[in-house]
Amino acid sequence: MGEFKVHRVRFFNYVPSGIRCVAYNNQSNRLAVSRTDGTVEVYNLSANYFQEKFFPGHESRATEALCWAEGQRLFSAGLNGEIMEYDLQALNIKYAVDAFGGPIWSMAASPSGSQLLVGCEDGSVKLFQITPDKIQFERNFDRQKSRILSLSWHPSGTHIAAGSIDYISVFDVKSGSAVHKMIVDRQYMGVSKRKCIVWGVAFLSDGTVISVDSAGKVQFWDSATGTLVKSHLIANADVQSIAVAEQEDSFVVGTAEGTVFHFQLVPVTSNSSEKQWVRTKPFQHHTHDVRTVAHSPTALISGGTDTHLVIRPLMEKVEVKNYDAALRKITFPHRRLISCSKKRQLLLFQFAHHLELWRLGSTVATGKNGDTLPLSKNADHLLHLKTKGPENIICSCISPCGSWIAYSTVSRFFLYRLNYEHDNISLKRVSKMPPFLRSALQILFSEDSTKLFVASNQGALHIVQLSGGSFKHLHAFQPQSGTVEAMCLLAVSSDGNWLAASGTSAGVHVYNVKQLK
Amino acid sequence: MVDEETIRVVRCGGSELNFRRAVFSADSKYIFCVSGDFVKVYSTVTEECVHILHGHRNLVTGIQLNPNNHLQLYSCSLDGTIKLWDYIDGILIKTFIVGCKLHALFTVAQAEDSVFAIVNKEKPDIFQLVSVKLPKSSSQEVEAKELSFVLDYINQSPKCIAFGNEGVYVAAVREFYLSVYFFKKKTTSRFTLSSSRNKKHAKNNFTCVACHPTEDCIASGHMDGKIRLWRNFYDDKKYTYTCLHWHHDMVMDLAFSVTGTSLLSGGCESVLVEWRDATEKNKEFLPRLGATIEHISVSPAGDLFCTSHSDNKIIIIHRNLEASAVIQGLVKDRSIFTGLMIDPRTKALVLNGKPGHLQFYSLQSDKQLYNLDIIQQEYINDYGLIQIELTKAAFGCFGNWLATVEQRQEKETELELQMKLWMYNKKTQGFILNTKINMPHEDCITALCFCNAEKSEQPTLVTASKDGYFKVWILTDDSDIYKKAVGWTCDFVGSYHKYQATNCCFSEDGSLLAVSFEEIVTIWDSVTWELKCTFCQRAGKIRHLCFGRLTCSKYLLGATENGILCCWNLLSCALEWNAKLNVRVMEPDPNSENIAAISQSSVGSDLFVFKPSEPRPLYIQKGISREEVQWGVFVPRDVPESFTSEAYQWLNRSQFYFLTKSQVTAPLKKGSHFLLAEESLPTTPFYFILGKHRQHQDEKLNETLENELVQLPLTENIPAVSELLHTPAHVLPSAAFLCSMFVNSLLLSKETKSAKEIPEDVDMEEEKESEDSDEENDFIEKVQDTNNTGLGEDIIHQLSKSEEKELRKFRKIDYSWIAAL
Repeated sequence: MGEFKVHRVRFFNYVPSGIRCVAYNNQSNRLAVSRTDGTVEVYNLSANYFQEKFFPGHESRATEALCWAEGQRLFSAGLNGEIMEYDLQALNIKYAVDAFGGPIWSMAASPSGSQLLVGCEDGSVKLFQITPDKIQFERNFDRQKSRILSLSWHPSGTHIAAGSIDYISVFDVKSGSAVHKMIVDRQYMGVSKRKCIVWGVAFLSDGTVISVDSAGKVQFWDSATGTLVKSHLIANADVQSIAVAEQEDSFVVGTAEGTVFHFQLVPVTSNSSEKQWVRTKPFQHHTHDVRTVAHSPTALISGGTDTHLVIRPLMEKVEVKNYDAALRKITFPHRRLISCSKKRQLLLFQFAHHLELWRLGSTVATGKNGDTLPLSKNADHLLHLKTKGPENIICSCISPCGSWIAYSTVSRFFLYRLNYEHDNISLKRVSKMPPFLRSALQILFSEDSTKLFVASNQGALHIVQLSGGSFKHLHAFQPQSGTVEAMCLLAVSSDGNWLAASGTSAGVHVYNVKQLK
Repeated sequence: MVDEETIRVVRCGGSELNFRRAVFSADSKYIFCVSGDFVKVYSTVTEECVHILHGHRNLVTGIQLNPNNHLQLYSCSLDGTIKLWDYIDGILIKTFIVGCKLHALFTVAQAEDSVFAIVNKEKPDIFQLVSVKLPKSSSQEVEAKELSFVLDYINQSPKCIAFGNEGVYVAAVREFYLSVYFFKKKTTSRFTLSSSRNKKHAKNNFTCVACHPTEDCIASGHMDGKIRLWRNFYDDKKYTYTCLHWHHDMVMDLAFSVTGTSLLSGGCESVLVEWRDATEKNKEFLPRLGATIEHISVSPAGDLFCTSHSDNKIIIIHRNLEASAVIQGLVKDRSIFTGLMIDPRTKALVLNGKPGHLQFYSLQSDKQLYNLDIIQQEYINDYGLIQIELTKAAFGCFGNWLATVEQRQEKETELELQMKLWMYNKKTQGFILNTKINMPHEDCITALCFCNAEKSEQPTLVTASKDGYFKVWILTDDSDIYKKAVGWTCDFVGSYHKYQATNCCFSEDGSLLAVSFEEIVTIWDSVTWELKCTFCQRAGKIRHLCFGRLTCSKYLLGATENGILCCWNLLSCALEWNAKLNVRVMEPDPNSENIAAISQSSVGSDLFVFKPSEPRPLYIQKGISREEVQWGVFVPRDVPESFTSEAYQWLNRSQFYFLTKSQVTAPLKKGSHFLLAEESLPTTPFYFILGKHRQHQDEKLNETLENELVQLPLTENIPAVSELLHTPAHVLPSAAFLCSMFVNSLLLSKETKSAKEIPEDVDMEEEKESEDSDEENDFIEKVQDTNNTGLGEDIIHQLSKSEEKELRKFRKIDYSWIAAL
């Protein structure tokens, strides 16, 4: 082993954004997670919880709802009033449709996956038909007085439950009219709160509607009669989310106290068929509000304001105890947010809307293994580069020589040249970017800083020759056989001859840079 | 037939009411609780004890209502029997003899002819749950030997077993696992909690279990204060549980309400928690119950709950969580520092009660009369906290004054000491704090006594302390312009060569004060506070000191730590006699000259009753208790008894009570029994027939009491013989007349009652006459020997010598005897 100086970098003040919604897809065992800054991430739960896909956020988009529809299609809706579909191959937004109902608070795909339902600020529930390449507005349901905060389909697809402020409505899908209106008690521990917000509803196949509300209650309603069956007071604060297992034998709720409660349907006695819902285990893995929960067949998934994504496996469903059966807490970003320039001891930090360039501190002292050396020169904040526009930065990179910085947003690609004059740094934007370099999913410099590799969202890999203050486009590796597969990971060999790229379909392509093959 | 004239130790009261869960009758009118060898039936409304069901010969360990007839009660005991009672009339209906120690009893309505019991058969620590088939038979005593094994290796406590859902399954907990046995399937599911040593799970132990009456739900209490509600436990894999957590310490007991809608739990917080709908947020509390909740039970009618507490009380609670009645026994969960005292007014026994309290306990009704808060501070229940202890108390001036001493010693040098003097207030019928003295001494107070002389015009109190001083406190006028008041001030401080003062004692008339300084006894004049004389025996530190009373008031007795009992004559200032006796407890009888001493040996405690004037004990009872006797006290009788036999005359006017420390079944928990020496009560485990053990004891005595001045008492268990022997011969009637009577008396007579009818004055006179000369003693000894070897006719020949020396007195007795015949 060689001798290393270890820098303790404590000046990367990266603040991840909170998790707003999670959506679990049972067929592909994938989990879509949206954050408050509009970012949407897709995790593959079978592949060691790897973050496969990433859609950068946008300042004006606040995702409020996320759902999977038939054929692995991912939709999101937000407070800008638009429904968006994501292209999971090309890793971009396919289209956005305005629902014309004000901010959208909730969205639910029908059990068949062919219809989409959104609940809007103006109290309307809108039904959309999902066509193979778009979504089509079908009709409005009876308009309610206040915003629709939660929606749930009956598994047969004939009825829906919609949670609003102070009441829950049950609609008949065929007629679009409200069948029942169930008023939720405002009382909270004897004190009348102003409003009782129904944060989540779940419609079970036996006609039971489970609601969670801001008074800390989990309530069971009979949708046929519109009556309250049972009420569990579980928290002193809001209960913000609910998710039911596919078998309908358990569900999970998340509270604003950071606790996740598991409810199970257990038989009352061993020899009777009568069953009851019982609150079983509480899990306290969060420090803040649990905004969203999901229930996979083997695990409870929860996420919230504290930005952690917690995957808690259910022990009774796990056959073998292995690494997959352990509790998972995803806190670190899966993407590369830091790049470094070895030559100049520089670090480039990527934030949502700006970049920071730091020079590492240095020391003259020497010491034994494990010693903490005193710094003779503190770390310097050299550069603060803000992006223009509302879009988040997708990726960024600094060249090993430290004289180039490249970053990209969804619509633009930026390349800067850095000039060092003692302690002063001058930055010069390289203008006249070629039109094909509009957006990049991944950027990489070669070891000698003479080549720039850009994975564009069209699936092509571009090689750019950098020399002095200018650049020259060398080559573009086009994706094979016309598929639109986004490359999201790049690696280059140290001699600069070989370039490896991996895409969303989990294949690895190796290119020869010299021969441009 | 029990021989009337024997003295036996009877466990008379203060037994634990909180040993097992109390049981309600079906109509909630009565509550049953085990109490030592008895079962007590209390009324839930009036708190009065309605019946005491006695019949068991050992500790009663479980009671249950007969599920098939709710007017009957089953009880089981360590004596290996299950008894069926009619509790309304207090009648024993049936006895089922099982034959092995039964530690708990359970009944299930579905199992018609059998009950369940916890037994340990082979090894002492392994307990089993068995089903006992109760055979149907009309006879009173039935053998029930048909045991079928249900569960092995279970916890001994019945709190760890619960039958659920109409007897379909039984749940048992032990350490870290819960086992559920299903009777139909005959399978056992076992669920284990993590028991790893890490901090989080270190206190996961199960402490108690309860089953939901209608649903398949098991509630278990844990060491860390959690309650887990187990469901779906048919499946080893799919089982699930919910946690309810409010208690900060171990959950002592759990109970479901009759309908199962709420769960009750209790622990050392002294708060009864009602969990409604088994949800964490929906709970009700009944706080400030006074002591740790040990058991909770629910009436079958559902209208009442009751909690048994560690301070030996049962609180009956209404369904709406309002305490409605308190049944308070003797509080004894802590060590007794004050010793036993008798309140001269109420004749109640006074000793340490609840922390910081003095309890007044009625011996007659086995009930606590009231509590006097001495320390008047909130008790903080925390392990390892050094509390203020009430260490000494004394009554003075016929109950008008009460002196108490409390101390708290955190470190060797930091002593907090406080003496309080309480005056009896006739209006409020209670004690009112009069004087509070901070640091009356520099070190712990070792003894405290009032001058109880009738003629003394000024109440006087003496305290002796380890700091080497004794202080005399007197009541003085403390009036000011606002009110008339009295207060206590220090009058005199005495010391002797810087020795630690260990004991103090006033003579009966109050003229002399004896204070012991380690090995030396000093006598002080109580008027001038002059040192009169000193006694020093160099026989170890004085442990007990007391003056003789009445005719023996010229004697002073001292017991030392080296096992010597000394008697000094105050007139001659010389040692009268001494004896080798390791005295633990020495108590004078306030109504007679007698002094009771309890000595401790390796096999047990022995009781000696003697008069200071004579080195010869009046009465000896060996092995009154296996354990160390802590304290004893004479309690004056309301109505004097009349025992004709000389050996028992000391019990005529007073009863002797003593308190032992005993290891109760739960380890590390000290409890005590209250014992009483009295005669002719039903057979108890402390049953000794004096006659049977006489020979054996004499041998033992000869071994142990070698080189002693004390002569052995030579008493007879047949009153007629002793009367013959102790009556001067010239007053005896003719030998022919006495012969038939004497032979009659040797037979096991049915007319024992007649002895009671002997007038009391006879006894009194006899007592005087019984001071025999040594010659006569020797003679009696001879008689004794022959008597023991064979009660033949030759005895009568020997006796005929003395017949001539009979008193006229005896004729009187003769007539009464004839009348009885």
